[in-house]
Amino acid sequence: MSQVHYLTTPLTDEDIMNLKAGDIVYLSGTIFTARDAAHKRLVDLIENKEELPFPLQGAVIYFVGPTPPKPGEPIGSAGPTTSYRMDSYSPTLIKYGLKGMIGKGKRNQAVKDACKEYKAVYFGATGGAGALLGKLIKEAEVIAYEELGPEAIRMLKVENFPVTVINDAYGNDLYEEGRKKYEVKD
Amino acid sequence: MREIAYEDIVKAVKNMVIHTATNLPEDALKKLKEAHEKEKSPVAKKVLEQLLENAEIARTEKRPLCQDTGLAVYFVKVGQDVHVTGGTLTDAINKGTEEGYIEGYLRASTCDCFTRANLKDVIGYNLPAVIHYDIVEGDKIEIEYAAKGGGSENVSRARVLAPAQGPQGVIDFVKEVISEAGPNPCPPIIVGVGIGGTFEKAAVASKYALFREAGKPHPDPEVAEFEKELLYELNKLGIGAMGMGGTETVLAVHVEKNPCHIASLPVSVNVQCHSSRHNHVTI
Repeated sequence: MSQVHYLTTPLTDEDIMNLKAGDIVYLSGTIFTARDAAHKRLVDLIENKEELPFPLQGAVIYFVGPTPPKPGEPIGSAGPTTSYRMDSYSPTLIKYGLKGMIGKGKRNQAVKDACKEYKAVYFGATGGAGALLGKLIKEAEVIAYEELGPEAIRMLKVENFPVTVINDAYGNDLYEEGRKKYEVKD
Repeated sequence: MREIAYEDIVKAVKNMVIHTATNLPEDALKKLKEAHEKEKSPVAKKVLEQLLENAEIARTEKRPLCQDTGLAVYFVKVGQDVHVTGGTLTDAINKGTEEGYIEGYLRASTCDCFTRANLKDVIGYNLPAVIHYDIVEGDKIEIEYAAKGGGSENVSRARVLAPAQGPQGVIDFVKEVISEAGPNPCPPIIVGVGIGGTFEKAAVASKYALFREAGKPHPDPEVAEFEKELLYELNKLGIGAMGMGGTETVLAVHVEKNPCHIASLPVSVNVQCHSSRHNHVTI
């Protein structure tokens, strides 16, 4: 049975080991946005042993490229983007302390293995629910790579941001299990 | 010859772009509500609930439905008795697109395909639009528009089958594409299938199929039957809303067919996510 958890970032190993694929998590605290181009830069920094624009230990990265905020609002619409484009970078970030990723869509085996080895999870958020999810972001500030536009790194403050555990630290995958349950074989 | 001013087209396109970003059309909304009622998986039902809530927030608070406000795709029927004054029709559609994306606070998503640099400072905001023209009788211009997101577009595929593979070959190919796509295109989805013509004709037909009112059967009963069969087959895959497992993966299948070469059977599958933002204006 899927459980409901309320967690605050940064996430600990204990938080991660309590999560199972299919669990619903309401996340609060600080999360960071990064998409393709920002991921490439973060991994380059790690390889060159340079300082990252935010602490990776216990961090959660949200794969999102929001719409521009309207005047008076912290952010526009902000639903998840498709995650597989980050697959080649995520294992390195997980190895250096990243605990959670929020996106939508399948991850490759290397990401799932890294989640298992270094205790991290992949969360799914509802794709296309940008208006709903954008409203749950209370503050947003560009902290790096402003020139990347929607792909810049932002620090977000969230309250009860709803996500579902897709890949847990035990090797389970909700996409595979959920589908098997409802598939109709001839 | 009827004259239509460039500025009038710019304005009509701009208003359509802004309105469409925040208002999920009635047909898509109806299909989502039906899916929500029918869904057997509690997890998927919850996702569908969020999507309905999202549509309501977008409409009432004028927030874009999705952060991916898409590339602008148009199918334009131009009456041959129309003359556009003060500029070209293509420029007017592009200008209206640009103004709509800026004034609506929509995301600029166009980039150079090699350098990946965002093009908003080079050639304008979210330009160029993708425009398909058709010359028709009359003195009006009908502009059909869709804001096409990247996640669903990325899983679209085209293949030229051998004629011997026939309709079953088409079904197998469509199933393969949607199965492989899984959660990535933001299900529940609408599936456009273009069959026949040439390689590129099939691709354009599969895109145009997505502009049809969601779930409205093809006027040819034989094609409509084929659409029903495909819908049934695809929903057996069990992918469900957001891929978390469920009975309602595909909201509708729309097929468009064209005559083709005796040696060929081109098939294209174009996928539309649940945020099926489309609209039209006649000038």
